[in-house]
Amino acid sequence: MLVHSRKGKWTLWALFLVLFVPLFALPLLVIVAASFATNWSGAFPSGPTVEHYAAATRGESLEALTTSLVTALAASLLALLMGSWAALAAHALPKRGKRLLDTLFVLPVAVPSVVVGLAVLVAFSQPPFLLNGTRWIVILAHTVLVTAFAYQSVSAAIVRLDPAYEQAAASLGAKPSYVLWKVKLPLLLPSLNAAAGLCFALSMGELSATMMLYPPDWMPLPVRIFTATDRGSLFTGSAVAVVLMGATLLVLLAVSRIRTRASYR
Amino acid sequence: MPTPLPPGGPPALRNISPRPRQKTGWWALPPVVALAFVFLYPLVLLVQQSLTPLEGGTSVRPYADVFADPAFREALGTTVWLALAATVGCLVLGFVLALVIAFVPFPGAKAVARFVDVFLSFPSFLITLALLFVYGTVGMANGMWTDVTGAASGPFQFLTTPWGVLLAEITYFTPFVMRPLLAAFSQIDTAQIEAASSLGAKAPRIVRQIILPEALPALAAGGSLVLIMCLNEFGIVLFTGAKGVTTLPTLVYSKAILESDWTGACVVAVVNVVISVSLYGLYRVVSRRAGA
Repeated sequence: MLVHSRKGKWTLWALFLVLFVPLFALPLLVIVAASFATNWSGAFPSGPTVEHYAAATRGESLEALTTSLVTALAASLLALLMGSWAALAAHALPKRGKRLLDTLFVLPVAVPSVVVGLAVLVAFSQPPFLLNGTRWIVILAHTVLVTAFAYQSVSAAIVRLDPAYEQAAASLGAKPSYVLWKVKLPLLLPSLNAAAGLCFALSMGELSATMMLYPPDWMPLPVRIFTATDRGSLFTGSAVAVVLMGATLLVLLAVSRIRTRASYR
Repeated sequence: MPTPLPPGGPPALRNISPRPRQKTGWWALPPVVALAFVFLYPLVLLVQQSLTPLEGGTSVRPYADVFADPAFREALGTTVWLALAATVGCLVLGFVLALVIAFVPFPGAKAVARFVDVFLSFPSFLITLALLFVYGTVGMANGMWTDVTGAASGPFQFLTTPWGVLLAEITYFTPFVMRPLLAAFSQIDTAQIEAASSLGAKAPRIVRQIILPEALPALAAGGSLVLIMCLNEFGIVLFTGAKGVTTLPTLVYSKAILESDWTGACVVAVVNVVISVSLYGLYRVVSRRAGA
Protein backbone atom coordinates (compact mmCIF):
# COMPACT_ATOMS: atom_id res chain seq x y z
CA MET A 1 0.00 0.00 0.00
CA LEU A 2 1.57 3.22 -1.19
CA VAL A 3 -0.78 5.77 0.36
CA HIS A 4 -1.94 5.30 3.92
CA SER A 5 -4.08 8.31 4.69
CA ARG A 6 -7.77 7.93 3.98
CA LYS A 7 -7.97 11.33 2.31
CA GLY A 8 -5.06 10.57 0.00
CA LYS A 9 -6.56 7.26 -1.04
CA TRP A 10 -9.93 8.73 -1.89
CA THR A 11 -8.32 11.56 -3.84
CA LEU A 12 -6.35 9.04 -5.92
CA TRP A 13 -9.41 6.88 -6.53
CA ALA A 14 -11.39 9.91 -7.60
CA LEU A 15 -8.58 10.87 -9.99
CA PHE A 16 -8.60 7.32 -11.35
CA LEU A 17 -12.35 7.45 -11.95
CA VAL A 18 -12.14 10.86 -13.61
CA LEU A 19 -9.44 9.58 -15.99
CA PHE A 20 -10.65 6.03 -16.55
CA VAL A 21 -14.40 6.35 -17.00
CA PRO A 22 -14.58 9.06 -19.69
CA LEU A 23 -11.58 7.69 -21.57
CA PHE A 24 -12.15 3.94 -21.54
CA ALA A 25 -15.57 2.92 -20.26
CA LEU A 26 -17.57 5.72 -21.88
CA PRO A 27 -16.64 5.03 -25.54
CA LEU A 28 -17.89 1.45 -25.46
CA LEU A 29 -21.05 2.40 -23.54
CA VAL A 30 -21.71 5.24 -25.95
CA ILE A 31 -21.57 2.92 -28.96
CA VAL A 32 -24.01 0.52 -27.31
CA ALA A 33 -26.32 3.40 -26.35
CA ALA A 34 -26.20 4.89 -29.85
CA SER A 35 -27.05 1.56 -31.44
CA PHE A 36 -30.45 1.67 -29.69
CA ALA A 37 -31.20 5.34 -30.48
CA THR A 38 -32.80 7.18 -33.38
CA ASN A 39 -31.54 10.58 -32.44
CA TRP A 40 -28.72 12.12 -30.40
CA SER A 41 -28.95 15.88 -30.33
CA GLY A 42 -29.04 16.54 -26.57
CA ALA A 43 -26.93 15.25 -23.72
CA PHE A 44 -28.51 11.81 -24.03
CA PRO A 45 -29.74 9.70 -26.94
CA SER A 46 -33.45 9.66 -27.64
CA GLY A 47 -36.01 7.57 -29.47
CA PRO A 48 -35.23 4.03 -28.28
CA THR A 49 -35.46 1.48 -31.09
CA VAL A 50 -34.14 -1.91 -32.11
CA GLU A 51 -34.54 -1.14 -35.80
CA HIS A 52 -30.78 -0.72 -36.33
CA TYR A 53 -30.24 -4.26 -35.16
CA ALA A 54 -32.85 -5.46 -37.63
CA ALA A 55 -30.83 -3.64 -40.32
CA ALA A 56 -27.55 -4.91 -38.89
CA THR A 57 -28.57 -8.56 -39.07
CA ARG A 58 -29.96 -8.77 -42.57
CA GLY A 59 -28.95 -8.06 -46.16
CA GLU A 60 -25.61 -6.39 -46.68
CA SER A 61 -24.64 -6.38 -43.00
CA LEU A 62 -25.43 -10.06 -42.48
CA GLU A 63 -23.35 -10.83 -45.55
CA ALA A 64 -20.52 -8.72 -44.09
CA LEU A 65 -20.75 -10.66 -40.82
CA THR A 66 -20.43 -14.05 -42.52
CA THR A 67 -17.66 -12.65 -44.73
CA SER A 68 -15.75 -11.50 -41.64
CA LEU A 69 -16.30 -14.78 -39.80
CA VAL A 70 -15.18 -16.91 -42.77
CA THR A 71 -12.16 -14.65 -43.43
CA ALA A 72 -11.10 -14.62 -39.78
CA LEU A 73 -11.53 -18.38 -39.43
CA ALA A 74 -9.57 -19.16 -42.61
CA ALA A 75 -6.85 -16.62 -41.85
CA SER A 76 -6.36 -17.71 -38.25
CA LEU A 77 -6.23 -21.42 -39.16
CA LEU A 78 -3.69 -20.76 -41.92
CA ALA A 79 -1.68 -18.45 -39.66
CA LEU A 80 -1.76 -20.99 -36.85
CA LEU A 81 -0.52 -23.73 -39.17
CA MET A 82 2.23 -21.58 -40.67
CA GLY A 83 3.20 -19.84 -37.41
CA SER A 84 3.36 -22.90 -35.17
CA TRP A 85 5.11 -24.97 -37.83
CA ALA A 86 7.74 -22.26 -38.16
CA ALA A 87 8.03 -21.85 -34.38
CA LEU A 88 8.51 -25.61 -33.86
CA ALA A 89 11.05 -25.82 -36.67
CA ALA A 90 12.89 -22.72 -35.42
CA HIS A 91 13.21 -24.21 -31.95
CA ALA A 92 15.12 -27.19 -33.36
CA LEU A 93 17.49 -25.00 -35.39
CA PRO A 94 20.90 -23.81 -34.21
CA LYS A 95 20.96 -20.34 -32.66
CA ARG A 96 21.68 -18.37 -35.83
CA GLY A 97 18.96 -20.09 -37.81
CA LYS A 98 16.47 -19.46 -35.03
CA ARG A 99 17.30 -15.76 -34.93
CA LEU A 100 16.86 -15.53 -38.69
CA LEU A 101 13.42 -17.16 -38.50
CA ASP A 102 12.47 -14.94 -35.54
CA THR A 103 13.30 -11.82 -37.54
CA LEU A 104 11.53 -13.06 -40.65
CA PHE A 105 8.32 -13.99 -38.88
CA VAL A 106 7.95 -10.83 -36.79
CA LEU A 107 8.69 -8.56 -39.75
CA PRO A 108 4.99 -8.35 -40.78
CA VAL A 109 4.27 -6.67 -37.42
CA ALA A 110 6.83 -3.97 -38.11
CA VAL A 111 5.48 -3.22 -41.58
CA PRO A 112 2.37 -0.98 -41.49
CA SER A 113 -0.79 -2.93 -42.38
CA VAL A 114 -1.72 -0.41 -45.08
CA VAL A 115 1.60 -1.15 -46.76
CA VAL A 116 1.04 -4.91 -46.45
CA GLY A 117 -2.29 -4.35 -48.20
CA LEU A 118 -0.70 -2.27 -50.95
CA ALA A 119 2.16 -4.73 -51.46
CA VAL A 120 -0.20 -7.71 -51.69
CA LEU A 121 -2.39 -5.76 -54.10
CA VAL A 122 0.56 -4.82 -56.31
CA ALA A 123 1.98 -8.35 -56.31
CA PHE A 124 -1.23 -10.25 -56.95
CA SER A 125 -2.74 -7.95 -59.57
CA GLN A 126 -0.15 -8.97 -62.14
CA PRO A 127 0.72 -12.28 -63.74
CA PRO A 128 1.72 -14.95 -62.86
CA PHE A 129 -0.48 -14.74 -59.76
CA LEU A 130 -3.80 -13.02 -60.43
CA LEU A 131 -5.88 -12.89 -57.27
CA ASN A 132 -7.13 -9.30 -57.43
CA GLY A 133 -10.91 -9.10 -57.20
CA THR A 134 -11.30 -12.46 -55.47
CA ARG A 135 -11.91 -13.22 -51.81
CA TRP A 136 -8.57 -15.04 -51.66
CA ILE A 137 -6.60 -11.81 -51.72
CA VAL A 138 -8.37 -10.63 -48.54
CA ILE A 139 -7.78 -13.96 -46.78
CA LEU A 140 -4.14 -13.93 -47.89
CA ALA A 141 -3.52 -10.41 -46.57
CA HIS A 142 -5.16 -11.23 -43.23
CA THR A 143 -3.05 -14.39 -42.96
CA VAL A 144 0.15 -12.39 -43.50
CA LEU A 145 -0.89 -9.87 -40.83
CA VAL A 146 -1.77 -12.38 -38.09
CA THR A 147 0.90 -15.06 -38.72
CA ALA A 148 3.45 -13.02 -36.77
CA PHE A 149 1.27 -13.06 -33.66
CA ALA A 150 0.72 -16.83 -33.93
CA TYR A 151 4.46 -17.35 -34.33
CA GLN A 152 5.33 -15.13 -31.37
CA SER A 153 2.91 -16.70 -28.90
CA VAL A 154 3.66 -20.30 -29.92
CA SER A 155 7.40 -19.76 -29.83
CA ALA A 156 7.14 -18.15 -26.37
CA ALA A 157 5.24 -21.24 -25.20
CA ILE A 158 7.81 -23.66 -26.66
CA VAL A 159 10.58 -22.00 -24.65
CA ARG A 160 8.60 -22.55 -21.44
CA LEU A 161 8.00 -26.21 -22.29
CA ASP A 162 9.84 -28.60 -19.97
CA PRO A 163 12.28 -30.52 -22.22
CA ALA A 164 12.16 -33.48 -19.80
CA TYR A 165 8.90 -34.74 -21.32
CA GLU A 166 10.14 -35.05 -24.88
CA GLN A 167 13.51 -36.36 -23.73
CA ALA A 168 11.76 -39.03 -21.68
CA ALA A 169 9.59 -40.01 -24.67
CA ALA A 170 12.60 -40.07 -26.98
CA SER A 171 14.66 -42.12 -24.53
CA LEU A 172 11.84 -44.67 -24.51
CA GLY A 173 12.28 -45.02 -28.26
CA ALA A 174 9.57 -42.70 -29.63
CA LYS A 175 10.25 -41.33 -33.11
CA PRO A 176 10.41 -37.51 -33.47
CA SER A 177 7.06 -37.44 -35.29
CA TYR A 178 5.46 -39.45 -32.47
CA VAL A 179 6.95 -37.14 -29.85
CA LEU A 180 5.57 -34.16 -31.75
CA TRP A 181 2.01 -35.56 -32.02
CA LYS A 182 1.70 -37.24 -28.65
CA VAL A 183 3.83 -35.09 -26.37
CA LYS A 184 4.65 -31.64 -27.72
CA LEU A 185 1.40 -30.65 -29.43
CA PRO A 186 -0.87 -31.74 -26.54
CA LEU A 187 1.33 -29.77 -24.15
CA LEU A 188 1.18 -26.76 -26.46
CA LEU A 189 -2.59 -26.99 -26.93
CA PRO A 190 -3.48 -24.22 -24.43
CA SER A 191 -1.15 -21.72 -26.09
CA LEU A 192 -2.25 -22.79 -29.57
CA ASN A 193 -5.77 -22.01 -28.45
CA ALA A 194 -4.80 -18.63 -27.09
CA ALA A 195 -2.95 -17.84 -30.32
CA ALA A 196 -6.01 -18.85 -32.35
CA GLY A 197 -8.21 -16.52 -30.31
CA LEU A 198 -5.78 -13.63 -30.72
CA CYS A 199 -5.50 -14.17 -34.49
CA PHE A 200 -9.27 -14.39 -34.82
CA ALA A 201 -9.88 -11.16 -32.90
CA LEU A 202 -7.22 -9.29 -34.89
CA SER A 203 -8.58 -10.49 -38.21
CA MET A 204 -12.18 -9.61 -37.25
CA GLY A 205 -11.18 -6.00 -36.57
CA GLU A 206 -8.68 -5.57 -39.40
CA LEU A 207 -9.47 -2.49 -41.49
CA SER A 208 -6.29 -0.93 -42.92
CA ALA A 209 -5.14 -3.65 -45.30
CA THR A 210 -8.71 -4.66 -46.12
CA MET A 211 -9.57 -1.13 -47.27
CA MET A 212 -6.83 -1.43 -49.88
CA LEU A 213 -7.94 -4.66 -51.50
CA TYR A 214 -11.48 -5.85 -50.73
CA PRO A 215 -13.51 -6.82 -53.79
CA PRO A 216 -17.14 -5.57 -53.90
CA ASP A 217 -18.57 -9.03 -53.23
CA TRP A 218 -16.35 -9.74 -50.21
CA MET A 219 -16.81 -6.85 -47.80
CA PRO A 220 -15.88 -7.59 -44.16
CA LEU A 221 -17.64 -5.97 -41.17
CA PRO A 222 -15.12 -3.17 -40.42
CA VAL A 223 -15.40 -1.90 -44.00
CA ARG A 224 -19.19 -2.12 -43.72
CA ILE A 225 -19.04 0.00 -40.54
CA PHE A 226 -16.89 2.53 -42.34
CA THR A 227 -19.18 2.80 -45.39
CA ALA A 228 -22.24 3.14 -43.10
CA THR A 229 -20.71 5.95 -41.00
CA ASP A 230 -19.17 7.62 -44.04
CA ARG A 231 -22.66 7.86 -45.55
CA GLY A 232 -23.85 9.47 -42.31
CA SER A 233 -25.84 6.56 -40.88
CA LEU A 234 -23.96 6.65 -37.58
CA PHE A 235 -26.61 4.71 -35.64
CA THR A 236 -26.68 1.76 -38.03
CA GLY A 237 -22.89 1.86 -37.99
CA SER A 238 -22.87 1.54 -34.20
CA ALA A 239 -25.32 -1.37 -34.30
CA VAL A 240 -23.01 -3.16 -36.75
CA ALA A 241 -20.07 -2.27 -34.46
CA VAL A 242 -21.87 -3.84 -31.49
CA VAL A 243 -22.46 -6.97 -33.61
CA LEU A 244 -18.72 -7.00 -34.41
CA MET A 245 -17.73 -6.63 -30.74
CA GLY A 246 -20.27 -9.27 -29.69
CA ALA A 247 -19.11 -11.79 -32.28
CA THR A 248 -15.44 -11.24 -31.33
CA LEU A 249 -16.17 -11.58 -27.61
CA LEU A 250 -18.25 -14.74 -28.13
CA VAL A 251 -15.45 -16.41 -30.07
CA LEU A 252 -12.85 -15.33 -27.48
CA LEU A 253 -15.05 -16.73 -24.72
CA ALA A 254 -15.52 -20.03 -26.55
CA VAL A 255 -11.77 -20.27 -27.14
CA SER A 256 -10.98 -19.56 -23.47
CA ARG A 257 -13.41 -22.33 -22.43
CA ILE A 258 -11.60 -24.79 -24.68
CA ARG A 259 -8.37 -23.55 -23.18
CA THR A 260 -9.40 -24.23 -19.59
CA ARG A 261 -10.60 -27.68 -20.59
CA ALA A 262 -7.37 -28.39 -22.43
CA SER A 263 -5.22 -27.32 -19.49
CA TYR A 264 -6.93 -29.85 -17.21
CA ARG A 265 -5.94 -32.71 -19.48
CA MET B 1 6.59 -34.96 -9.91
CA PRO B 2 9.39 -36.22 -12.17
CA THR B 3 12.86 -36.00 -10.72
CA PRO B 4 14.80 -33.20 -12.43
CA LEU B 5 17.24 -34.37 -15.04
CA PRO B 6 20.90 -33.36 -14.77
CA PRO B 7 21.88 -30.56 -17.17
CA GLY B 8 22.24 -31.91 -20.68
CA GLY B 9 20.07 -34.91 -19.89
CA PRO B 10 21.15 -38.44 -19.00
CA PRO B 11 23.99 -39.94 -21.08
CA ALA B 12 21.58 -42.12 -23.09
CA LEU B 13 19.85 -39.02 -24.46
CA ARG B 14 23.01 -37.44 -25.79
CA ASN B 15 23.45 -40.41 -28.07
CA ILE B 16 20.10 -40.04 -29.81
CA SER B 17 19.76 -36.27 -29.92
CA PRO B 18 22.00 -35.70 -32.99
CA ARG B 19 19.74 -37.80 -35.21
CA PRO B 20 16.67 -35.49 -35.28
CA ARG B 21 18.90 -32.43 -35.22
CA GLN B 22 20.44 -33.18 -38.61
CA LYS B 23 17.05 -33.59 -40.27
CA THR B 24 15.17 -30.73 -38.68
CA GLY B 25 16.76 -27.97 -40.77
CA TRP B 26 14.65 -28.96 -43.76
CA TRP B 27 11.46 -28.73 -41.73
CA ALA B 28 11.85 -24.96 -41.48
CA LEU B 29 11.68 -24.65 -45.25
CA PRO B 30 7.91 -24.95 -46.02
CA PRO B 31 6.72 -22.12 -43.74
CA VAL B 32 9.63 -19.91 -44.81
CA VAL B 33 8.83 -20.47 -48.49
CA ALA B 34 5.14 -19.78 -47.81
CA LEU B 35 5.92 -16.53 -45.98
CA ALA B 36 8.38 -15.48 -48.67
CA PHE B 37 5.67 -15.98 -51.30
CA VAL B 38 2.88 -14.08 -49.50
CA PHE B 39 5.01 -11.38 -47.83
CA LEU B 40 8.56 -10.91 -49.15
CA TYR B 41 7.63 -11.29 -52.82
CA PRO B 42 4.95 -8.56 -52.53
CA LEU B 43 7.42 -6.28 -50.71
CA VAL B 44 10.01 -6.72 -53.46
CA LEU B 45 7.42 -5.86 -56.12
CA LEU B 46 6.38 -2.84 -54.03
CA VAL B 47 9.93 -1.49 -54.08
CA GLN B 48 10.23 -2.27 -57.79
CA GLN B 49 6.98 -0.41 -58.51
CA SER B 50 8.21 2.59 -56.49
CA LEU B 51 11.22 2.83 -58.83
CA THR B 52 9.12 2.72 -61.99
CA PRO B 53 8.00 6.17 -63.16
CA LEU B 54 4.97 6.56 -65.45
CA GLU B 55 7.17 6.87 -68.55
CA GLY B 56 8.66 3.42 -67.82
CA GLY B 57 12.22 2.40 -67.08
CA THR B 58 13.88 2.45 -63.70
CA SER B 59 14.87 5.62 -61.87
CA VAL B 60 14.74 7.37 -58.51
CA ARG B 61 12.73 10.21 -60.05
CA PRO B 62 9.52 9.16 -58.24
CA TYR B 63 11.31 9.59 -54.91
CA ALA B 64 12.52 13.06 -55.83
CA ASP B 65 9.00 13.99 -56.93
CA VAL B 66 7.37 12.74 -53.74
CA PHE B 67 9.96 14.37 -51.45
CA ALA B 68 9.42 17.68 -53.23
CA ASP B 69 5.66 17.43 -52.76
CA PRO B 70 4.51 19.72 -49.90
CA ALA B 71 1.56 17.40 -49.18
CA PHE B 72 4.01 14.59 -48.43
CA ARG B 73 6.15 16.76 -46.18
CA GLU B 74 3.12 17.91 -44.27
CA ALA B 75 1.86 14.33 -43.86
CA LEU B 76 5.29 13.24 -42.63
CA GLY B 77 5.40 16.08 -40.09
CA THR B 78 1.85 15.40 -38.88
CA THR B 79 2.55 11.67 -38.56
CA VAL B 80 5.68 12.20 -36.50
CA TRP B 81 4.36 14.84 -34.10
CA LEU B 82 1.07 12.99 -33.60
CA ALA B 83 2.89 9.73 -32.85
CA LEU B 84 5.34 11.42 -30.44
CA ALA B 85 2.60 13.33 -28.61
CA ALA B 86 0.38 10.26 -28.37
CA THR B 87 3.27 8.20 -27.01
CA VAL B 88 4.03 10.76 -24.30
CA GLY B 89 0.34 10.96 -23.42
CA CYS B 90 0.00 7.16 -23.23
CA LEU B 91 3.11 6.86 -21.05
CA VAL B 92 1.96 9.47 -18.52
CA LEU B 93 -1.64 8.28 -18.40
CA GLY B 94 -0.73 4.59 -18.41
CA PHE B 95 1.79 5.09 -15.60
CA VAL B 96 -0.69 6.91 -13.37
CA LEU B 97 -3.51 4.42 -13.99
CA ALA B 98 -1.29 1.35 -13.54
CA LEU B 99 0.16 2.88 -10.36
CA VAL B 100 -3.30 3.23 -8.80
CA ILE B 101 -4.38 -0.30 -9.86
CA ALA B 102 -1.21 -1.89 -8.52
CA PHE B 103 -0.39 0.08 -5.37
CA VAL B 104 -3.59 1.76 -4.19
CA PRO B 105 -5.94 -1.11 -5.04
CA PHE B 106 -9.68 -0.65 -4.68
CA PRO B 107 -12.50 -3.19 -4.84
CA GLY B 108 -12.85 -4.12 -8.49
CA ALA B 109 -9.28 -3.23 -9.48
CA LYS B 110 -8.80 -6.76 -10.85
CA ALA B 111 -11.91 -6.40 -12.99
CA VAL B 112 -10.55 -3.11 -14.35
CA ALA B 113 -7.28 -4.84 -15.26
CA ARG B 114 -9.26 -7.54 -17.11
CA PHE B 115 -11.34 -4.88 -18.86
CA VAL B 116 -8.09 -3.40 -20.16
CA ASP B 117 -7.25 -6.77 -21.73
CA VAL B 118 -10.63 -6.95 -23.46
CA PHE B 119 -10.14 -3.40 -24.68
CA LEU B 120 -7.03 -4.54 -26.56
CA SER B 121 -8.99 -7.04 -28.65
CA PHE B 122 -11.26 -4.40 -30.20
CA PRO B 123 -10.34 -2.55 -33.38
CA SER B 124 -9.09 1.02 -33.02
CA PHE B 125 -11.67 2.74 -35.20
CA LEU B 126 -14.42 1.98 -32.65
CA ILE B 127 -12.87 4.68 -30.45
CA THR B 128 -13.23 7.32 -33.15
CA LEU B 129 -16.79 6.18 -33.78
CA ALA B 130 -17.53 6.58 -30.07
CA LEU B 131 -15.88 10.00 -29.89
CA LEU B 132 -18.21 11.18 -32.67
CA PHE B 133 -21.10 10.65 -30.24
CA VAL B 134 -19.26 12.14 -27.28
CA TYR B 135 -17.62 15.25 -28.77
CA GLY B 136 -19.18 15.39 -32.25
CA THR B 137 -21.07 18.45 -33.48
CA VAL B 138 -24.34 17.05 -32.13
CA GLY B 139 -22.83 14.71 -29.54
CA MET B 140 -23.12 14.40 -25.79
CA ALA B 141 -20.77 17.16 -24.65
CA ASN B 142 -22.03 19.75 -27.10
CA GLY B 143 -25.63 18.67 -26.45
CA MET B 144 -25.15 19.20 -22.74
CA TRP B 145 -23.62 22.63 -23.38
CA THR B 146 -26.46 23.78 -25.64
CA ASP B 147 -29.06 22.42 -23.19
CA VAL B 148 -27.54 24.34 -20.30
CA THR B 149 -26.55 27.62 -21.97
CA GLY B 150 -29.11 27.72 -24.78
CA ALA B 151 -26.38 28.47 -27.32
CA ALA B 152 -26.81 27.32 -30.91
CA SER B 153 -23.68 25.19 -30.94
CA GLY B 154 -21.26 23.77 -28.40
CA PRO B 155 -17.60 24.64 -27.85
CA PHE B 156 -16.21 21.19 -28.71
CA GLN B 157 -15.25 21.32 -32.38
CA PHE B 158 -11.83 19.67 -32.23
CA LEU B 159 -12.81 16.22 -33.48
CA THR B 160 -11.87 16.74 -37.12
CA THR B 161 -8.56 18.41 -36.22
CA PRO B 162 -5.32 16.61 -35.26
CA TRP B 163 -6.37 16.99 -31.61
CA GLY B 164 -9.28 14.60 -32.16
CA VAL B 165 -6.91 12.03 -33.64
CA LEU B 166 -4.54 12.58 -30.71
CA LEU B 167 -7.30 12.01 -28.14
CA ALA B 168 -8.43 8.81 -29.91
CA GLU B 169 -4.88 7.48 -30.16
CA ILE B 170 -4.14 8.14 -26.49
CA THR B 171 -7.38 6.41 -25.52
CA TYR B 172 -6.78 3.38 -27.67
CA PHE B 173 -3.07 2.84 -27.05
CA THR B 174 -2.79 3.54 -23.30
CA PRO B 175 -3.72 -0.10 -22.44
CA PHE B 176 -0.68 -1.22 -24.46
CA VAL B 177 1.49 0.68 -21.95
CA MET B 178 -0.52 -0.43 -18.92
CA ARG B 179 -0.13 -4.15 -19.57
CA PRO B 180 3.69 -4.39 -19.38
CA LEU B 181 3.66 -1.86 -16.52
CA LEU B 182 1.24 -3.94 -14.44
CA ALA B 183 3.44 -6.98 -15.08
CA ALA B 184 6.53 -5.03 -13.94
CA PHE B 185 4.75 -3.65 -10.85
CA SER B 186 3.78 -7.14 -9.73
CA GLN B 187 7.52 -7.97 -9.57
CA ILE B 188 8.35 -5.15 -7.15
CA ASP B 189 8.96 -6.34 -3.61
CA THR B 190 6.35 -4.65 -1.43
CA ALA B 191 8.66 -4.95 1.59
CA GLN B 192 10.88 -2.35 -0.06
CA ILE B 193 7.99 0.09 -0.23
CA GLU B 194 6.89 -0.66 3.33
CA ALA B 195 10.45 -0.14 4.59
CA ALA B 196 10.82 3.18 2.77
CA SER B 197 7.47 4.36 3.99
CA SER B 198 8.16 3.37 7.62
CA LEU B 199 11.43 5.33 7.39
CA GLY B 200 9.34 8.37 6.57
CA ALA B 201 9.43 8.56 2.76
CA LYS B 202 6.33 10.16 1.29
CA ALA B 203 4.47 8.65 -1.67
CA PRO B 204 6.01 10.92 -4.37
CA ARG B 205 9.50 10.01 -3.18
CA ILE B 206 8.71 6.28 -3.17
CA VAL B 207 7.36 6.54 -6.71
CA ARG B 208 10.42 8.47 -7.86
CA GLN B 209 13.11 6.42 -6.14
CA ILE B 210 11.72 2.87 -5.98
CA ILE B 211 8.89 2.35 -8.44
CA LEU B 212 10.08 4.45 -11.39
CA PRO B 213 13.54 2.83 -11.69
CA GLU B 214 11.92 -0.62 -11.65
CA ALA B 215 9.35 0.42 -14.24
CA LEU B 216 11.76 2.10 -16.67
CA PRO B 217 12.38 -0.96 -18.89
CA ALA B 218 8.66 -1.67 -19.14
CA LEU B 219 8.00 2.01 -19.90
CA ALA B 220 10.65 1.99 -22.63
CA ALA B 221 9.33 -1.20 -24.21
CA GLY B 222 5.67 -0.16 -24.03
CA GLY B 223 6.46 3.36 -25.21
CA SER B 224 8.38 2.29 -28.29
CA LEU B 225 5.68 -0.23 -29.21
CA VAL B 226 3.03 2.50 -28.95
CA LEU B 227 5.20 4.87 -30.99
CA ILE B 228 5.36 2.36 -33.85
CA MET B 229 1.65 1.59 -33.70
CA CYS B 230 0.79 5.30 -33.70
CA LEU B 231 3.03 5.93 -36.72
CA ASN B 232 1.19 3.17 -38.59
CA GLU B 233 -2.34 3.89 -37.36
CA PHE B 234 -4.88 4.06 -40.15
CA GLY B 235 -8.39 3.31 -38.85
CA ILE B 236 -8.53 6.17 -36.35
CA VAL B 237 -7.47 8.78 -38.90
CA LEU B 238 -9.77 7.39 -41.60
CA PHE B 239 -12.83 7.39 -39.33
CA THR B 240 -12.18 10.95 -38.20
CA GLY B 241 -13.08 11.87 -41.74
CA ALA B 242 -10.96 15.00 -41.48
CA LYS B 243 -9.60 16.21 -44.77
CA GLY B 244 -7.11 18.34 -42.85
CA VAL B 245 -5.41 15.41 -41.08
CA THR B 246 -3.24 13.32 -43.38
CA THR B 247 -0.71 10.83 -42.06
CA LEU B 248 1.62 8.58 -44.05
CA PRO B 249 -0.73 5.54 -44.00
CA THR B 250 -3.74 7.60 -45.13
CA LEU B 251 -1.57 9.22 -47.80
CA VAL B 252 -0.72 5.75 -49.10
CA TYR B 253 -4.43 4.91 -49.18
CA SER B 254 -5.55 8.11 -50.88
CA LYS B 255 -2.75 8.03 -53.47
CA ALA B 256 -3.41 4.38 -54.37
CA ILE B 257 -7.18 4.03 -54.15
CA LEU B 258 -8.52 7.55 -54.70
CA GLU B 259 -5.92 8.93 -57.16
CA SER B 260 -4.69 5.63 -58.68
CA ASP B 261 -1.13 6.99 -58.44
CA TRP B 262 0.48 3.60 -57.81
CA THR B 263 4.09 4.67 -58.07
CA GLY B 264 3.57 7.58 -55.67
CA ALA B 265 1.73 5.35 -53.21
CA CYS B 266 4.55 2.82 -53.33
CA VAL B 267 7.16 5.52 -52.68
CA VAL B 268 5.29 6.75 -49.58
CA ALA B 269 4.83 3.13 -48.51
CA VAL B 270 8.57 2.44 -48.77
CA VAL B 271 9.34 5.53 -46.66
CA ASN B 272 6.79 4.40 -44.08
CA VAL B 273 8.29 0.89 -43.99
CA VAL B 274 11.82 2.20 -43.52
CA ILE B 275 10.80 4.41 -40.57
CA SER B 276 8.68 1.71 -38.97
CA VAL B 277 11.08 -1.23 -39.41
CA SER B 278 14.07 0.69 -38.06
CA LEU B 279 12.04 1.77 -35.01
CA TYR B 280 10.90 -1.82 -34.57
CA GLY B 281 14.50 -3.01 -34.54
CA LEU B 282 15.16 -0.48 -31.79
CA TYR B 283 12.11 -1.73 -29.89
CA ARG B 284 13.35 -5.34 -30.08
CA VAL B 285 16.70 -4.29 -28.63
CA VAL B 286 15.04 -2.27 -25.85
CA SER B 287 12.51 -4.95 -24.95
CA ARG B 288 15.15 -7.68 -24.95
CA ARG B 289 17.15 -5.60 -22.51
CA ALA B 290 13.97 -5.12 -20.47
CA GLY B 291 13.47 -8.86 -20.42
CA ALA B 292 9.96 -8.45 -21.80
